Amino acid sequence: MSVAPKLREVFVEALDLDGDVDVENLKYRDLEAWDSVGHMALVAAIEDEFDVEFDTDQVIDMSSFKVAVDMVTELQAKND
Amino acid sequence: MTDLSGRVALVTGGTRGIGLATVRALAEAGATVVLTGRDEARAKEAASSVGAAAGLALDVTDAKAVSSLVRGVAKEHGKLDIVVANAGIMEDALLGMIREELVDTTLSTNVAGTLHTVQAAARAMMRKKTGSIVVLASIVGEYGSAGQTVYAASKAAVANIARSAAKELGRSGIRVNAVAPGVIETDLTAGLSEDAKAENTGKTPLGRLGRAEDVANAIRFLVSDEASFITGQVLGVDGGLVL
Repeated sequence: MSVAPKLREVFVEALDLDGDVDVENLKYRDLEAWDSVGHMALVAAIEDEFDVEFDTDQVIDMSSFKVAVDMVTELQAKND
Repeated sequence: MTDLSGRVALVTGGTRGIGLATVRALAEAGATVVLTGRDEARAKEAASSVGAAAGLALDVTDAKAVSSLVRGVAKEHGKLDIVVANAGIMEDALLGMIREELVDTTLSTNVAGTLHTVQAAARAMMRKKTGSIVVLASIVGEYGSAGQTVYAASKAAVANIARSAAKELGRSGIRVNAVAPGVIETDLTAGLSEDAKAENTGKTPLGRLGRAEDVANAIRFLVSDEASFITGQVLGVDGGLVL
C-alpha cells in the first residue's frame, strides 16, 4: 500500500499547511514553514507515524515530498 | 522546591559525579529520569541507587546510537522534556606533549558527543515545541587553563553549541543553556594535589571547592519553568573563582 496518503497528512500536520497546498509536489524550502527547523519537526513526525528511523544523510537528502515517499517506502520494506 | 512532576528527562554520563548528582536532583523534583553511561551494568546500578527510571549503555561518540536511544526514550515515555548532555572526559597535557589521540578522543566525546545529543534531543522535542537542554561547559572553557588546552578548547566549543542551538531552537520553544562548573570535587578532579586544591580554594571567594550537588542544583533550575525566559546562557557555578 502506498505511503503517500498518510505521509501527506503528516506533512500537513507537522508543517501546519493550508488545505490548498500542493503537497505532492512540495520541495524543501518551497514554503516558509518547510525551513530547517520545520524540517526537523517533519522528520520527527514521519519517524513517529511510520515507526522508521532516518540517519543524518537521509534527513539531509529528504528534499521533497516525493523523495520522502521513496525513503519511507524503502525503510518500511527493510523493516518487514 | 522546584517541581518537575510529569517531566521526562535524560542525563548522559549519569553514573557518577555531576551527572549522577543531576539525576538525583531531577528525580527528587519529581521527574522521570533515564541516565546513560558507557558501561551498562554501572548505568543500571546507578539508576537503581538514585531512583531513576532506567540506566542504559551509550557511547555518545556514536551518532546513530545516540539518535536511537533518544528516540527510544521519547517513544517509551511518550515525550522528552529535559536533556542534560553531561557525558565528557578530561585529561591534562601540556603543550608539546599533546598526543593526537588525546585530541581526537576529547573532541569526539566532549564536542561531537554533545552535538549528537543536542541534535537528537532537538528532534525529539520539536514535535511538542517545548523542551529544555543543558550542556556541560567549564570555567576553563571560558578562561583557559595551563595544561588543559585540549579540554579547554572542547569546553569552549560546548558553550558555543549552547549559544548557537539556543538561537536556532528558540522559536520552536526549546531552550538551551550551559553550566560552567569551577573546580568541583568529583572523580575528574580527584587527581589534583592537595596543594592545587588549596590554591583553588584560596582563589575562590566562597572559600571552598564546589560539590556535584552545586552544579546539579543549577541544572535543575535551568531545566525548570522558573528559567522559562532563560536561553543561550552559560551559567558559572564556581564560587566566584572567575572574579
